[in-house]
Formats: sequence, structure tokens, C-alpha cells
Amino acid sequence: MNPDFLPTAKPISRLIEELNKLPGVGPKTAQRLAYHLLQAPPERARDLADAIVSVKENLKLCSICLNIADSDPCGICADESRDRTKVCVVEEPIDIMPLERTRKFHGLYHVLHGVISPGDGIKPEDLHIRELLDRLNGNPINEVILATNPNVEGAATSMYIQRLISPLGVRITRLARGLPFGGDLEYADDVTLSRALEGRQEM
Amino acid sequence: MRAGRRCKNIPMTARVYQTEGIIIKKYKFGEADRLLTLFTADFGKVRAIAKGAMRPKSKLGGNVELLTHSQLMLARGRNLDIITQAQAINTFLPIRDSLELMSCGFYLSELVDTFTEESVEDREMFDLFLNTLKELAEARDGERILRYFELRLLSHLGYRPQLQRCSNCGKQLQQEINYFSAPQGGALCRECGYPDMAARTLSVNALKVLRLWLKCDFDTARRVKLNSELTREIKNIMRDSVKYVLEKQLKSIEWMDKLAAEGNHLPVKQDTSEPGHQ
Repeated sequence: MNPDFLPTAKPISRLIEELNKLPGVGPKTAQRLAYHLLQAPPERARDLADAIVSVKENLKLCSICLNIADSDPCGICADESRDRTKVCVVEEPIDIMPLERTRKFHGLYHVLHGVISPGDGIKPEDLHIRELLDRLNGNPINEVILATNPNVEGAATSMYIQRLISPLGVRITRLARGLPFGGDLEYADDVTLSRALEGRQEM
Repeated sequence: MRAGRRCKNIPMTARVYQTEGIIIKKYKFGEADRLLTLFTADFGKVRAIAKGAMRPKSKLGGNVELLTHSQLMLARGRNLDIITQAQAINTFLPIRDSLELMSCGFYLSELVDTFTEESVEDREMFDLFLNTLKELAEARDGERILRYFELRLLSHLGYRPQLQRCSNCGKQLQQEINYFSAPQGGALCRECGYPDMAARTLSVNALKVLRLWLKCDFDTARRVKLNSELTREIKNIMRDSVKYVLEKQLKSIEWMDKLAAEGNHLPVKQDTSEPGHQ
């Protein structure tokens, strides 16, 4: 048998191969998606292709918060109604979404694009910490909320930033650590439970 | 029976096994899974998947966080084992609350990870690592604990520095300033050390401390008083030795140094608790 022989036409197998590289898409899903696109009207395929290309070509980093945006400043930083005295520091652009969904925070963000991880050689210089300091120096910001992930690296990053900015005299807070809604005490780990006990609230 | 990995403690046919372990490394894996490197009491270093560990409601979550000592149940997988249950035994909370101690923790886990091979049981090393973390959780200054750990680790793995005699000429060391050379494998007497440009000076006190640490436990090691001069001396000696054996610098060292350098000229919150009793 010819080793180059492919049971499917080249364009299809190429599409399958590309889809397969996406997170959470296995070979079977990739096949199904590919054949679905094959049967879909041509404009649908073009729309999808355009959307993918424009994500790569039209997006940039907001020069204020370093979020990924299609304009500079980004929509959040440009929004006049937002509270400019509060900045919430997050690890990745994707972390903004869940925070925005809560509709509880009306300040601005600052995206670090990573987290300190000495074992992997990721140092503070590799993150956008310097930009945060510059921002704090030039703007009337009175509270910095550290919203890094509640794990070892996130905590280290938060503590490091806290140490850097505490001389500036801004209020520094971090997200409360406790039990997830819909969770179960039985399965809670000791760290979470002790934090939850420490942070218990009057009812 | 599957060929490949062999471990004497467990019949190869067992599909589920239990052990206690310390999490020394973790990577993101897939959507919400984590790939963990564990240092276990019974099977040495093991890599395993913690499914869904990144989700907030995961029952593994905090029980498989870095530097946690946990009781674990694992299922044999085709390539990697899968953690099915985890219950933290010690989470070393004080380490998590201090940037300095956490950096020491990062360094310790990198040391253990670099010095060990997968699936080689080493109970003694596990106990040393566990005790070091316990000690670190109660310490204010991690430096000394790191040094003790490095010395004991090297010694346990067969790289014990020669501290009784000159590693070059074999002469008994005198009560004077001697030298230390990692490539030579230990202390050098005055005559042999002086011409060796790579050798560091080794004070009488540093030699005493190192000799004591080689044979004492944490309770005794803790009582040794070190001034900043002696701390620096021992630190350089131990770093030389670790670097020489590994033939590379560990990544977390740079971070620890940066932190120490910045800490010296940054207004850090003052510690108001009682001074140490040592």
C-alpha cells in the first residue's frame, strides 16, 4: 500500500489536523467538526475563518491595563463611568471575564500576563509588574485588589507585589479565600477551611 | 504483567495503591487537570494526574497543591497514574504566608526534583524532606534550614564532603583557617588550598558547624548560632557543592537572591514578635 495514501481528501485531513490541535478537541471531535463545516454554507466557513484571523491580526494589548483588546485603550479603561481609583490585578486576560460577570467590581484592571514561578524560571521581570508601579505613581489610585489565583504561585506573586507597592501607601487588598458556593465541607482542604474560619463573618 | 516501571513495594498487578507524598511540581494539563510530580514515601518520585484539580469545587484542589504533605490514593494508568483521592496531612500554612519561606520551599522542591529519579524508593530522603518542611514552617529564617538540608541531601546521596582530612593530601585538618573546594570533594588544608584559585576559605567555625550538622538531627542543628558572616560562608560552600554535583544552577536560586537583595533595601513590615530563644 502506498504509505502516502490518505483515506480522506487532503484539505479535509488538514482541517482535521488543525482542529485537533485545539484544547479539548480530540481526533473524533475534530473529524465531526470538519465534516460539519464541509456541509455548512460557504459563508459560515468564511465567517469562522475571518473571526479566527481577525483575532490574531486586530488585537493588541491595552497600553493602560495590558488586557487584550481591539482598541487602545481597551473598552474597560476607556469607559468613563468606571471607578478609576481602584485597580484589580489579575494573572491572565481570561481572569477578567469571571470578575466582570459578577458585576460587583467597577474599577479598572491590570493584567500581569503570568505568575511568578521560580521552579520554571519565571521571574517578576517576565510579568508586567513594572507597568503597575508606573500606573500607581502617575494616577490617583487608592486601592489595589490582588486577584491572583489562590495557589502557591499566585500567593507568592501577590505577596511580592504587596511588598513592592506597600511603600506607596495605597490600600492593598486581596480576594477572600474560603469555601466555594455549592461546595461541601467534607471535601474542603485544610488551607481553605482554615482561611474560611479566619475570615468568618457576622450574620 | 506490564513491563517497564518496577517498584518492589507493589505487585505490578495492583490497580490502585496508597501512599503518602509531598507535591513538588505541578503543571497545567488539559482544561482543568494538573500533572503533578510527587515525592512519595513508598515509591519515590512519581508523576500523576490530578483530574479537575483546577476547578474551585474539586475535592482534590488544595489537597494536591505545591508543598502539601498528603495521603494519596492512586490508580495505575497506562502512562501516568491518576490520583483518585487525596487528604492533606500537613499544609505547612506558615510557609504559605511568607514570601521568604515560600521561596525556600520552591528551592527545596526543585532540589528534590533534580536529585531524584522516578520510581526509586527512598524513605530516608522522604523523611528528611518532610522534616525540613516541618522545620521551615516553624522557622523565621529559612537559610540555615536550607543549608542543613543541602548538606544532608548530598551526604545521603553519596556526595558527603570530606571534612576531617584534607581532600587532596589526606592530612588531618588543623584548627586554623582551611580551604574548601567542591571539585576536590571537601576541605583542603592550608598548603593544598592556598594555591587552588577555585577554593574558598573555610573558617574554623564553619568547619565545626558543617561537621556537627553531618551527624546531628534538627533539634541540635537548630541550636547552632550563626552570625551573618558565617551564614554567608556556609551558604557559598553549600551552593558550590550543589552546583558542582548537579553541573547547573537551580532556577529558584536566582529568585531567592533577588528577593534577598530587594528585601535589604525595601521597607518590609517589621516583625513585632519576641526575639528568638536561641
